[in-house]
Amino acid sequence: MLSKKQARAFFLGGTAVTFIIFIGLTIFSFSKAQDQSNDENITEAVVRGKTLWEENNCMGCHTIMGEGAYYAPELTKVIERRGEGYIKAVLTTPVDWAPNGRKMVAYGFTAEEAADLIAFFEWIGEIDLNGFDTVVSPLAKDKTNSN
Amino acid sequence: MKYKSQKVAYWFFALSMLLFGLQIIYGFIMGFAHAGYDGLHEFIPFNTARAVHTNLLVVWLLSGFMGAAYYIIPEEAQRELVNVKLAYVQLISLALVGVIAIVGYHFNYWEGRKFLEIPRPLDYLVVVNVLLFLGLILATLFKGKRKTTTALVLSMGLLFAALLYLPGMLPFDSQVKDSFFRWWVVHLWVEGVWELIMGGILSFLLIKLTGVDREVIEKWLYVIVGLTFLSGVLGTGHHYYYIGVNKIWLIVGGIFSALEPLAFLAMALFAVNMYRKGEKKHPNKLALYWTLGAAIVSFIGAGLLGFAHTLPQTNIYTHGTLVTAMHGHLAFWGAYAMIVLAIISYALPNLTGRKLYESTRGRAAYWLSNIGIIGMTVAFGVAGVAQVYLERKFKMEFMEVQKEIEIHFIVLILCATLFMTGIILYFIDFYKHGKPTDEALEIAS
Repeated sequence: MLSKKQARAFFLGGTAVTFIIFIGLTIFSFSKAQDQSNDENITEAVVRGKTLWEENNCMGCHTIMGEGAYYAPELTKVIERRGEGYIKAVLTTPVDWAPNGRKMVAYGFTAEEAADLIAFFEWIGEIDLNGFDTVVSPLAKDKTNSN
Repeated sequence: MKYKSQKVAYWFFALSMLLFGLQIIYGFIMGFAHAGYDGLHEFIPFNTARAVHTNLLVVWLLSGFMGAAYYIIPEEAQRELVNVKLAYVQLISLALVGVIAIVGYHFNYWEGRKFLEIPRPLDYLVVVNVLLFLGLILATLFKGKRKTTTALVLSMGLLFAALLYLPGMLPFDSQVKDSFFRWWVVHLWVEGVWELIMGGILSFLLIKLTGVDREVIEKWLYVIVGLTFLSGVLGTGHHYYYIGVNKIWLIVGGIFSALEPLAFLAMALFAVNMYRKGEKKHPNKLALYWTLGAAIVSFIGAGLLGFAHTLPQTNIYTHGTLVTAMHGHLAFWGAYAMIVLAIISYALPNLTGRKLYESTRGRAAYWLSNIGIIGMTVAFGVAGVAQVYLERKFKMEFMEVQKEIEIHFIVLILCATLFMTGIILYFIDFYKHGKPTDEALEIAS
């Protein structure tokens, strides 16, 4: 029968081994040869867009790369799907955008801020998401085109 | 209660209950908004309600864990807390940080990173607060007469929880890296070190309630937390499938997160077996209900429902849909909310001297809240599965789908009302126990 000492060794040993593997995989994932996060294309506009994304808690309603809240549409590949003009209109409008009655806060962004957010969305759209983008995006795009 | 300083736990529990009540109110705001009634949009838009709802969850659970530690550690270490005044300072500062953060969310003062919305300056206050808490707990433990496994596991959980908060504060220009390290905090908390805290509290309660030998319970505690880390650390990979990192995570995350239910199954079997084995019939049946309930519901909510969408082949469709909300609600309820309610149910009569063990209200609170949350889980599940099929299989537009599933949010609100009724009864029971008193020292169990 398992003793308490053996149980403790299982806990400490198992934790140490899995944690070391975890750190190793993290380093591997972000190593130059394996990196697929589109890191090289981050521009100042993308960073400003990310800051706006965070400062306004867009993730509190939307998802991006499948992460966030489920109250408003997924924004991965949104530029490809909707076009820049549509996105710019949503971001700069002084009144609540309310498709199908569900309201979005009227942020009234300036043209420059909207451009930064669009740069951020475009950068996101170029990340290799292991196929997730094909589930979220082209399907919706087909639908938009058929309308 | 055996030590006077344990009384401080009561106030952490009271803060915890207050924030829990508020969390439910904000949940209703979100439920109504999803059902098409967003009358509060001008004052509390959805992203505010959401940030408040999830952050209150984190803070009320942490307050509950801290209360649990202030109750358990003196009893396990067999000495008074090293400094009670500082424990009250820590309580007040925790409440202040929580209140500033929650108020700030109503004025666009946040970081906009899911679960970690607390703005950076407040992050530093959180760190100071947690350091103070850990200092008090660890000093008590190390000056104590004995260092039990239960106390060590609980303290280790609290210590790692504090350390793991730090990766969430690293600044990144890349959304991918930001997300990647955010999960170091969120995932490794809820599917890692918080389970140490849960295991420690569970072990303490089982020792007290069943009378089974400490050595037996603590041996299995090691096995369970061992299984948790063995599966949970690499199980973090299930958050990395589709966020822009290497495919290796599809394999690693898939395999190890599929093993995660085993840890919860082991915890459920352990709790039920200890209960069966126990010869001591503790009169506090309510605490026993909540304890066994936590072990069983966490297996269903965190283990089984987590497994339901953890494989990459399923997750590619369910990632970023209401299916996650289904799993999240029952998992947090079973694993963490119920264990906090369990330790409160056990500690309150001992802190106040009022042994309200056999209250019908207490039982109604247990059953109504559990039936309510199971109904809520089903409503989220039906809405989520419908969303997956309509939006991702049949290519319907997001908002068209949302219109189709509005009805499930009416069901959700009805079930949430049942849930809230149970919780209100629990609050009444809490209030009826009165304040903690030194007189309770004599009647301690």
